[in-house]
Amino acid sequence: MSEPRSIGPVTARRLLFTEPIDLAAGVTLPQWELVYETYGALNAEKSNAILICHALSGHHHVAGHYADEPKNVGWWDNMIGPGKPIDTDRFFVVGVNNLGGCHGSTGPSSPNPATGEPWGADFPVVTVGDWIKAQARLADALGIEQWAAVVGGSLGGMQALQWTIDLPERVRHALVIAAAPKLTAENIAFNDVARQAILTDPDFHGGHFYRYGTRPARGLRLARMLGHITYLSDDQMAEKFGRKRRPSAGSYGFGVEFEVESYLRYQGDKFAGWFDANTYLLMTKALDYFDPAEPFGGDLAAALAGATAKFLVLSFTTDWRFSPARSREIVNALVKNKHAVSYAEIASQHGHDSFLMDDRYYHAVMAAYLRNVGT
Amino acid sequence: MTHALKRQDFDVIASWMKSGESVLDLGCGEGELLRLLAGRGLRGWGVERDPGHVLAAIENGVNVIQSDLEAGLAGFEDDAFDHVVLSRTLQTMRHTQQILAEMLRVGREAVVSFPNFAYWKNRMAVLGGRMPVSEDLPYQWYDTPNVRFFTMLDFESLCEGMGVAIRDRQVLDERGALVTEEHNFLGSLAVYRIGRGG
Repeated sequence: MSEPRSIGPVTARRLLFTEPIDLAAGVTLPQWELVYETYGALNAEKSNAILICHALSGHHHVAGHYADEPKNVGWWDNMIGPGKPIDTDRFFVVGVNNLGGCHGSTGPSSPNPATGEPWGADFPVVTVGDWIKAQARLADALGIEQWAAVVGGSLGGMQALQWTIDLPERVRHALVIAAAPKLTAENIAFNDVARQAILTDPDFHGGHFYRYGTRPARGLRLARMLGHITYLSDDQMAEKFGRKRRPSAGSYGFGVEFEVESYLRYQGDKFAGWFDANTYLLMTKALDYFDPAEPFGGDLAAALAGATAKFLVLSFTTDWRFSPARSREIVNALVKNKHAVSYAEIASQHGHDSFLMDDRYYHAVMAAYLRNVGT
Repeated sequence: MTHALKRQDFDVIASWMKSGESVLDLGCGEGELLRLLAGRGLRGWGVERDPGHVLAAIENGVNVIQSDLEAGLAGFEDDAFDHVVLSRTLQTMRHTQQILAEMLRVGREAVVSFPNFAYWKNRMAVLGGRMPVSEDLPYQWYDTPNVRFFTMLDFESLCEGMGVAIRDRQVLDERGALVTEEHNFLGSLAVYRIGRGG
């Protein structure tokens, strides 16, 4: 294995699918596009492909950087590359922007063929199952019959799990990281407050803000600030910010005073500057609807009975959005079925966001598992 | 946590299992027993608390679930496994009765191995005024992971009290040779196959 390094310059590709896709919401997209990137080389048997599924705000740019944008580094670059845990010297890695996204794949900001205008709020609500269908079409187009592994964190981990249920014969390993088998009422509640922030922003215009040349930045900003709190841990916030105040802070007012306020506002502003509000609504809804056990009377083990993949399930000690106990639900259902599974609960102070962090032990576990994944 | 030791008890444990059966190995360390059993056609899962061992077990390609045995086996269903193994770990646990009961809840039967405190060399050490240090009790008193010190007779008495049936027993000396007489005196390591009584 080589020294870990960056995959270097990468190129995004776009694929038009002219075969219609039926979505869970009862809508059919007659034609649609996916944007994706690939790293490493597909072997002659086409048996070394790994799919990376993204979470709420992720996309297809997973590793490397663009030649003309050296600072635009992929969101999981610490995990993927030559000599890295997901080793592109061995594996052909595929990153894709999901349907409903806002990074180039068909979504609310794409033109609705019926009107020629952006879909906006008329874009159908998409589910994790819809994404698996679309990703499978991409696999078909790339000639990949079976993924060596499907990998994802958070909502991405849910997709990895769904793959093993919907298309068991097409996935040999599923790496389900910082995920849950379904959202709790508390999880859904957080998502709904985020949605309400967007839906009640006067600039939202019922989801058709594109027409008005505006965007619901205030709502999106609030949604992201709220979400961001749930991605961090109490410990980490205490350590990073504590009750520290800005040097320039005034007092007895409502300006930015505590460091944590400054940080959250910055994160909110940054996110509101580029993310599509309709996509945010769709992604949170896909999270809320995710419940692979539902068609099986709530029995997750029954849902996973037909899975043939081997599993690695990882959780993080300070993740309270999808706590270790939620990952254990997945593990218990797998063991009940006598499926191959390993589970590690990784000590980390970074809360839910730990799955994105460059943690030595976490990466060692990923690397160890993937070394045993045949190509 | 005793992975550095030679594991003479493994052959005894494996001899009680058949190809195609399922096994849960509690305190599986780096997964050596599970590898051995996989080679004999069993399907196994390990439970391990220590992160370093979990990593090594994953490296070794065995199924390992990170969990603390002291918290019980709540995630595992009743009768989920043909065998549940607790090899050289019972003496490190505080919840002795609970783990034995849990093993016989999730497993059809269980295997427990432990160092016999009544082994003659241990008795000699105590007679000489010192805590024993031996092949099977390799730690100094101040850095031992062991928290329970008991003998074969103690264990058998506990089983009787708990209504646990002893189905088989193999006893090894310090070099791993089978002991055929005076077990509680000549045995350094005891391996028991137990089941639900009644």
